[in-house]
Amino acid sequence: MSEGLIPIVLRSLMVSGTATVLAATWSLPIAVKIGTTHFRGKKIVRDFFNAMIGIPTVALGLVLYLLLSREGALGFLNLLYTPSAIMLGQALLITPLMISFLMHAIEEVNPLIKETALTLGASEREANRVVLREAKKGSVLATVAGFNRAISELGIALMVGGNLAGTTRVMTTEISRVVSGGDIELAIQLTIVLLSIAFTSTLILNRLRGSE
Amino acid sequence: MTPILEAHKVWKSFGSIRALRGITLDISENETVSIIGPNGAGKTTLLRILALLERPDKGWVRYRGEKVESGEKHRGEITMVFQNPAFFTGTVADNVGYGLKIRGMDKQTIRRKVREALRAVNLAGFEKRKIKALSGGEKQRVALARALCIEPRVLLLDEPTANLDPPNCERIRRVLKRIKKNITVVIASHHLGLAKTVADRVAYIHQGKLLEIGSPEQIFGKPRHRLTKLFVEGKLV
Repeated sequence: MSEGLIPIVLRSLMVSGTATVLAATWSLPIAVKIGTTHFRGKKIVRDFFNAMIGIPTVALGLVLYLLLSREGALGFLNLLYTPSAIMLGQALLITPLMISFLMHAIEEVNPLIKETALTLGASEREANRVVLREAKKGSVLATVAGFNRAISELGIALMVGGNLAGTTRVMTTEISRVVSGGDIELAIQLTIVLLSIAFTSTLILNRLRGSE
Repeated sequence: MTPILEAHKVWKSFGSIRALRGITLDISENETVSIIGPNGAGKTTLLRILALLERPDKGWVRYRGEKVESGEKHRGEITMVFQNPAFFTGTVADNVGYGLKIRGMDKQTIRRKVREALRAVNLAGFEKRKIKALSGGEKQRVALARALCIEPRVLLLDEPTANLDPPNCERIRRVLKRIKKNITVVIASHHLGLAKTVADRVAYIHQGKLLEIGSPEQIFGKPRHRLTKLFVEGKLV
């Protein structure tokens, strides 16, 4: 069963946008904590997140499928083949990327920025907020890179979304489906839309970076 | 007089480097103490410990009679201006008013206090200037205004005149002379002129040890320790 191009594009934007927001909510505090403190094993933690950036989407998709399937540890949540499952999977997929980019941006900020805020009476939280503000360019980069990675992945959307028309069908799964069915024209249209979204978000990012 | 800030037998190491070796120093309210010593003597480390940014490995710091366990409680009452101050992105007013903003003060009060603080460091009218557009001397004075704006009880200054030309050094010296009556000031500096003319007491530290403390007249006129004498005569850097 096929559905129109626009609902699929809108669903893709909604699913990947939510996944990006979700990933940002836990990536930000983790990156701030790692980026602003010195502890033994910090390099190992940093290397771990860097290595996880390249995790194959099908590998993560498979793990999530096993967890979310009826017999899986999280089967009781009934999330398999729902947009929420894709959101969760994409959020997990882009977490290492976002943490890594954010961590790098935070470490680039002069450490005296945080200490200055502290000596002026800021709490740890307020001082971290100042550091994040100074790392704004890197934060925007992390968000856009995360979103682009989420919207262009296929493995997770296919394995835990199931490519169900009207509910979990997103651009990448639809491209895959229509190519199998021989509808190259629609596949090309969808690919152009996908590329346009990725380029537009990157252009916006460059504009933001250039305006500072 | 009860000291406002005390360091007692403070030790601090960074890896194999012993930065401080059992320093004891009492600072009274509204007193200005200058810490002098050669490069690597431990002046900045001592200041950072007094600013509650670092914890001593051994020994303790007491603020207003209370042993300090965590810096959080007293931050803002004790503030520090670093040798190369860091600035938040934005204008001079954004920076100077930051400490007031996080205290929840209203915009009008912040504007007034920022104006007063900038006037105190001879930078009246600089509110809207971008930090990037300032000279080294102006930046140093903005950092001082930012610290003064929150009306701290203790002001710690790390090399406030380092890298500044003589006119800017003189400007900083004049500002410090003017404000010192109502605030406790601790200055770590190479600039002996600053210690001579601004400080009530001068402490000489060498390789992490406090060798001598006394009035500027005594330290610069009749130093008791051989190394203090060498340092004030410019034979030790």
